[in-house]
This record gives sequence, C-alpha cells and structure tokens, in this order.
Amino acid sequence: MELAELGECLSSVSCIVTQSAAGLTIGMLLFLVASGLTLIFGVLGLVNFAHGSLYMIGAYLALTVHGATQSFALAVVAGTLGTALFGLFFERFLLSRIYGRDVLMQLLVCYAVILILDDLVKIIWGADFRSMGVPEEFRRPPFIIGGGIVPYFYAILFAITAAIAVLLAWGMGRTRFGRIVRAAAINPGMVGALGINTTVIYAAVFAIGAGLAGAAGALSAPIRSVVAGAGVSILIESFIVTVIGGMGSIGGALAAALILGFTRSFGSIGFPLFVEGAMFAMMALVLLLRPSGLGGKRPS
Amino acid sequence: MRDGVLRDAGIATLVLAGFLAVTLGGFGSAGLLDFAIRFATFGLLALSLNLLIGTTGLVSFGHAAYFAMGAYAFGLLMQRAGLSIPLAILLALGCTALLALVVGALCVRLSEIYFAFLTLAFQMLLHSVILSWISLTGGDQGLMGGIPKPPFLGIDLSRPLHLAGFGMACLLVSTVALRQVVRSPFGAALRMLRDNPDRAAFVGLSVYRYRLAAFVIAGTFAGLGGVLMSLYVSGAFPTFAFWTTSGEAIFMIMLGGVTVFLGPLVGVAIFLILNDRITAVTEHHGLFLGIILLVIVLGLRKGLLDFVVDHWRARRGASP
Repeated sequence: MELAELGECLSSVSCIVTQSAAGLTIGMLLFLVASGLTLIFGVLGLVNFAHGSLYMIGAYLALTVHGATQSFALAVVAGTLGTALFGLFFERFLLSRIYGRDVLMQLLVCYAVILILDDLVKIIWGADFRSMGVPEEFRRPPFIIGGGIVPYFYAILFAITAAIAVLLAWGMGRTRFGRIVRAAAINPGMVGALGINTTVIYAAVFAIGAGLAGAAGALSAPIRSVVAGAGVSILIESFIVTVIGGMGSIGGALAAALILGFTRSFGSIGFPLFVEGAMFAMMALVLLLRPSGLGGKRPS
Repeated sequence: MRDGVLRDAGIATLVLAGFLAVTLGGFGSAGLLDFAIRFATFGLLALSLNLLIGTTGLVSFGHAAYFAMGAYAFGLLMQRAGLSIPLAILLALGCTALLALVVGALCVRLSEIYFAFLTLAFQMLLHSVILSWISLTGGDQGLMGGIPKPPFLGIDLSRPLHLAGFGMACLLVSTVALRQVVRSPFGAALRMLRDNPDRAAFVGLSVYRYRLAAFVIAGTFAGLGGVLMSLYVSGAFPTFAFWTTSGEAIFMIMLGGVTVFLGPLVGVAIFLILNDRITAVTEHHGLFLGIILLVIVLGLRKGLLDFVVDHWRARRGASP
C-alpha cells in the first residue's frame, strides 16, 4: 500500500487533474461496455456472460482495419458494426434458443462461446499482446490544465464516448424505438399483443448492446493492449458496474462506471495491487446495503 | 436409512479395494495414478458444486474460491506450522468452512442472477487478495518451495501410489457422506427449496438457514478437493481461484448430469479424458470443448447422464 503517495497526490491540483482525466476516460469506456450489458439484461432478461468477448472482437477488428487503412475513424466504425453484426448472429442462432430457461443454461452457452472465441482469436490474430498505439493524427501536445496533463487522445476519447452516451440516452428516452424497447423490458407480452414484433426488438437490442461493446473495444485498442482472453477482465468490470449501478439502469451504469474509473486511476497510485479488490469490495457493499443498485428497481 | 449407509459404504469400500488391487497388482501405470489423483480432486469439486446446483438450485459461479482456500490454507499450514497432515487437513477444512459461512451469509439471500454474480465477485476478490498479498501467498508465482509431506500412519503421500490411494479414499468417503446428506430429510428440504422456495417458507422452513448450511457443506468438500490439489502439485496457484476453474466445474457437472447423484463424477471422468485427448491433438482445446458444450446444452438441453437416464426410463415406460 502506498497510501501516503495517494495523500500527496490529492493535495496537488496537477495530480488531481491528471488522474481525473484518466479516470473519466477509463470510466466512459467502461460505461459503453456496461451499458450494453445492462441494456441486454433489462430487455432480454439475459445475462450476457460473453459480453467481454464482444469487446475483444471490436478491438481486434479495429486493429485489422486500422492496419489496412491507417484510419482510426474507419477502424472504430468497423469495430462497432462488425461486432453488432456478430452479436446479431450470436443472438439469433444461439441465445434465442434459451430464452426463458434458467441461469445455468445462459451461463453454459456463454461460457462455451467465450472458449470458442478466445481460441478463434488466437488462430486468426495470434496469441501475442498487440497494441495499435495512438494513431498518427492524434499525436498532439497534451492539454495542460492547472499544471496537470491531459493527453490529447484522452480528450478525444472522452468526447466520442460522451457523444455516444448522449445518443444512447436520446435514443432510449425520446424516440419511438426507445419507447418500444422500454415497454418490452416491462411487459413483452403486451408489446407483442399491440402488433410489434418483439423478436425483432430483441435482436436489435442485442445488436446495439454488442455494438456498444465493440465500440468500446475499438476505441480502447490504442491505449490498452489487445490480447485473447482480455474479454474476461472487461466482463468482470462491467459486471461490477452493472451491479453497483443496478441491473437494467443505464443512468446507474454511468454513475458506477465513473466511480470505477476514478477508483482505477487514483487507486493505481494509492493501492496498485488492490485496485480490483477495492472494486469487488464496493460491489459487495452495494449488494448488501442496497441490493437493487444505485439506479435499479428492487429485484422481484 | 441405515441400510442405505451400509450399502453405500459397502460399494465404496469395494470400489476402493478394486482400485487398490489394480494399482498394487502392478497395473498401476504412472498415467493411471495421475488420472486417479486428478479424478479425486475434481470429483470433490464437481460433486460438492452439484449439491448447490442440482440439489439446492443455487447456481454458484464462484465455487472455486473454496477449492483455492483449501489448497492455500493447507499449503500454508504445512509450510509454516509444520503440522501433521491429518491435523493440517482438518484445520484447512475449518478455514474453508469459515470462508463459506461468511460468503454464504452474504450471498444466499439473493435471487439467482445476483447469487451467481456475487459468488463470482467474492471468488475474484479472493483471487485478487492472493495476487496482492505476496508475502503470504507468493502472488502470481503461487505457493513455491514445495509442501512437506511427513508420513503418517504408514502413508507416505510423496509417493504417487499412496497419494492416489489417499485421494480416492477421500473422494469415496466424501461421496458416501454427500449421498447421505442428499438422502436425508435435510436433503429433501433442499430439493424443496429448489423446486418451490415460497412453499418451503410457507410450511415453516428457514430458507436462509437451509441454503446457508448447503453452501457451507459444499464449500467444505470443495476445500478437501483443494487440499488434494495442493498435495498433487505440491503448491498452490492463483489460477485455482480464477473464474475459469469455476467454469470448468460447471462444465464437468453439465457433461455428466445434475439429476443423477453420481452424474458429476461421470462428467469429471469425461472432462479429464476429453481434455487430455484434445490437448494431445491440438493447442486449441477451448475451441473443441466449447463446441462440445454447445452441442450438449443446445442439443440435449441437459447433462449426458440425465439424457441417458431419461431415455432409459422412457423406454421402460416408467414415469418420467
């Protein structure tokens, strides 16, 4: 434990700015993954244990497209759409067969898919750590705020992820599709009776959730190393976000993701080896004191 | 019920005698002994997990935490305290039961998805503690330096033959004990909790206490599996507490079946053989195991032994 260093950091503005910038960016990327997970759970009632693998696919697709075109924008678009498409197939051919069945079945199908995807990724892209590196066009001098360093690329990432979050909030809250999705989360039978094809809604929601995970994977490819099996740590972090925020609550997921982002950035100074432990401890605390999470409804 | 115990104990003794006869009679190749130890280790893990999943209906995704706890507690006791093996095993099981009691007290109240999450979370918390408490656990290097194995009662666990016999004996004794748990009124209550917890609460059973008791019992037997594992590899490693170990345990149960008592053991045997065969042929064993699992889950929709038993019952025209 280096708690003294954490205290030192908290007493200097520059250190707070630097760590907060990192915390915000990490938190927003985590939010993208977790919002997909919570959206899928809220509507389909299914815990997608393979969600981290979708993130991984997004990262690898982005890596390949960036290698071929040298365009980060294209890489992110390809990562997002490619993962959404994969999610669509995954939902249609595998998950749709186990709707309404117990958690054990969901767990097993997702576990099988994780095993398969991890190996497929190793076969296609190799087992080594890969990194995209910060793309050429974003290699600019960092912003200096109050003596703290905010890397240019982090600012860009934050802007993109914030835009996606706003788009998601608008789409779910203000559009006809969003209203149908929210209705389907509460009472799918009634939505179906009103002549809306819930099968299509389910598939679309899963594809959107997968796309969000893919986008997060693609966006973080330049700053996090990409490796087969990386999905699991992301999965567990987004589980924690979902549980702290409340299953099915996108607003809660945002709050929880930012809390975890800050825990990670400041924790890496104060208690580097126990960052993950601190996250789990927080989750356990939330589950004990308020099992429904920060923004969730009481579980029935 | 007493007849049941005698019969089960008799069968277990015969199996053990058969195993010892084969191994002592010169047929005990190194491969067979190795397989027997791993079978006993994972058999305990899977069988105890099935007390939760199959009997009580609690889908725990963090069962390997108790496996790891047993392994680390035993390893540390042997390395630091220099106890005799039976005493260290008892103390290690005590530690594991205590951990299961604490985690269970927090978890068993929750509905099933949250239960799966929270058990997983506590397991990963343990994993994280093991990684960060380097002075005690050795961090990601694991518990190094080997585990001393002083002989007791003429049993020398540093010899593979003795270790395999000891492992099989532990497994068989535990199997008989777990079988008694499942067949007792307590076991009947657990099945009632699985099928209809509201009704169980309605007739006056404390859902919380019964689930907690099942959780602690299952955790303790998983801890014994961990003890065998640490004897087998002469150490303990953080991967014991990683989520994949829990995933494999669930996989084994699914290969066998959840409704038949011995199903998990069949699953363990299939898993170990499959894993060895596939690893010998290709490095991409996840790909093959994943596909096999998908076929079983989506095709049969139940464990192999469940499928066989149902099929057999249907052919005999008995009630399903």
